[in-house]
Amino acid sequence: MNLFEIVGPVMVGPSSSHTAGAVKIGNVCRKLMSEPVTDARILLHGSFLATGRGHGTDRAIVAGLLGLQVDDSRIPDSMRLASDAGMKVEFGSADLGEEAHPNSVKLYLRGSSGKELEVVAASIGGGRIRICEIDGLTANFSGDCPTLIVHNLDQPGHVAEVTSMLQHKSVNIASMQLYRSSRGGHAVMVLECDQEVPRESIHWLEHLEGVEKVTYYSLLQDGEC
Amino acid sequence: MYGSLEEILAVSKQSGLPFWKVVQLEDCREEDITEETSFEKMREMYRAMRDTDQAYDPALQSASGLVGTDGAKVRERRLAGKLLSGDLMGLVMERALRTAESNACMKRIVAAPTAGSCGVMPAVLLTIQEHLQLGEERMTEALYTAAGIGGVIALRASLSGAEGGCQAEIGSASAMTAGAVVYLSGGSASQMTQAAALALKGLLGLACDPVAGLVEVPCVKRNVIGAVNAITSADMALAGIRSRIPPDQVIDAMKSIGHAMSPELRETGKGGLAATPEGTAILNRMKRH
Repeated sequence: MNLFEIVGPVMVGPSSSHTAGAVKIGNVCRKLMSEPVTDARILLHGSFLATGRGHGTDRAIVAGLLGLQVDDSRIPDSMRLASDAGMKVEFGSADLGEEAHPNSVKLYLRGSSGKELEVVAASIGGGRIRICEIDGLTANFSGDCPTLIVHNLDQPGHVAEVTSMLQHKSVNIASMQLYRSSRGGHAVMVLECDQEVPRESIHWLEHLEGVEKVTYYSLLQDGEC
Repeated sequence: MYGSLEEILAVSKQSGLPFWKVVQLEDCREEDITEETSFEKMREMYRAMRDTDQAYDPALQSASGLVGTDGAKVRERRLAGKLLSGDLMGLVMERALRTAESNACMKRIVAAPTAGSCGVMPAVLLTIQEHLQLGEERMTEALYTAAGIGGVIALRASLSGAEGGCQAEIGSASAMTAGAVVYLSGGSASQMTQAAALALKGLLGLACDPVAGLVEVPCVKRNVIGAVNAITSADMALAGIRSRIPPDQVIDAMKSIGHAMSPELRETGKGGLAATPEGTAILNRMKRH
């Protein structure tokens, strides 16, 4: 947390969790897609479902998917902007279980190239968010740092491959988490970094044996690399 | 960020630097940014507060229809010279309503510390700036003072209504603003923390019970009480009144009160005003639409 989370951010109201956090969830999903979103099915859970309409949560998530920032005064008009941009949006409800944060949402996204992504995210207060799941696997990160998410088979050596690549590129790891579905099954590592990971290194990882999927969340704006 | 107000006071005393500077330097170190970058960013926060105040639309109503036009009503009575609380407090009231209403109507605001409490700080600071004829640099320094106090509250307790009730939002906003006002009035660093303690004590126990779960009722009008309380607390501290309970311990008490509150009173929209017959009727009306 820094001073500008205490006095700040500048944002469109009315709620840091239900509006600004919702924009940020949309933003992070857009970046995880790394291409324009053409179809979005958005399922609201808990308090997002109960009070989301009055807080503009629906419009805020769509604004985020369009790349609008939390202080963009066009957020209330995002449904029209989505329609203009050719993004199909559908809303529904989801029960993500008792363990899920009250301000949670599940998104099914399709991009312009046909790429698909499923994300569960939560707005955890003060505009801060957590990406909880990507494509059904745990992925616990905040969107405050460049984040590398590697899905791989649960076998020895993958952590070393990824961390030695980061060392080679002088990227420092801020936090690192490991999860697996079962011994020898599917595993995921989530690495929040202090620097951006070069694109070519991500492509290199994608081609390693045993690596199933690599998703990268960059803090850079679209097209800036 | 600092974990106690005592620590900020100690560093300030030892280094001879003002409270706001101690707060700024720590954040620059932690975030690895220059003092200039930080200062310009904070200046932008102040400008954004002023922009919201000036962009107020007196005809605007929230989507629910529960909130809007109250800032204009106070303005009318103030300009007619009829407000019992006088021109300075009247302007503070008016501005607190203006910014809080703008927030409910999906306008651009500065969360300070939260969106629900966004009217407190600008209402007081914009008015005190005019009253004492201060420059923008000094106002920016006052925001650091406020942020330093808020940072300690965030670390020791909470700034979220869902965790600590409204005392954590309006209470914190009021405490932060009270400290900033003491700074603007030339008070000592110790008086800033005393003002924060007095302001927070006045709002301890305040429940977060929004009707239909929206940041509207009673949030908008509670911004008025937070703003007015900041000024009276600053005046008390400047007059030499001290909190019998040390400021850090007042913050700790806020945390423990928040924990003791039932979840119905922590932003769930299920208790207090939200659970009154009228609050329930409003919720049911909204569900039908």
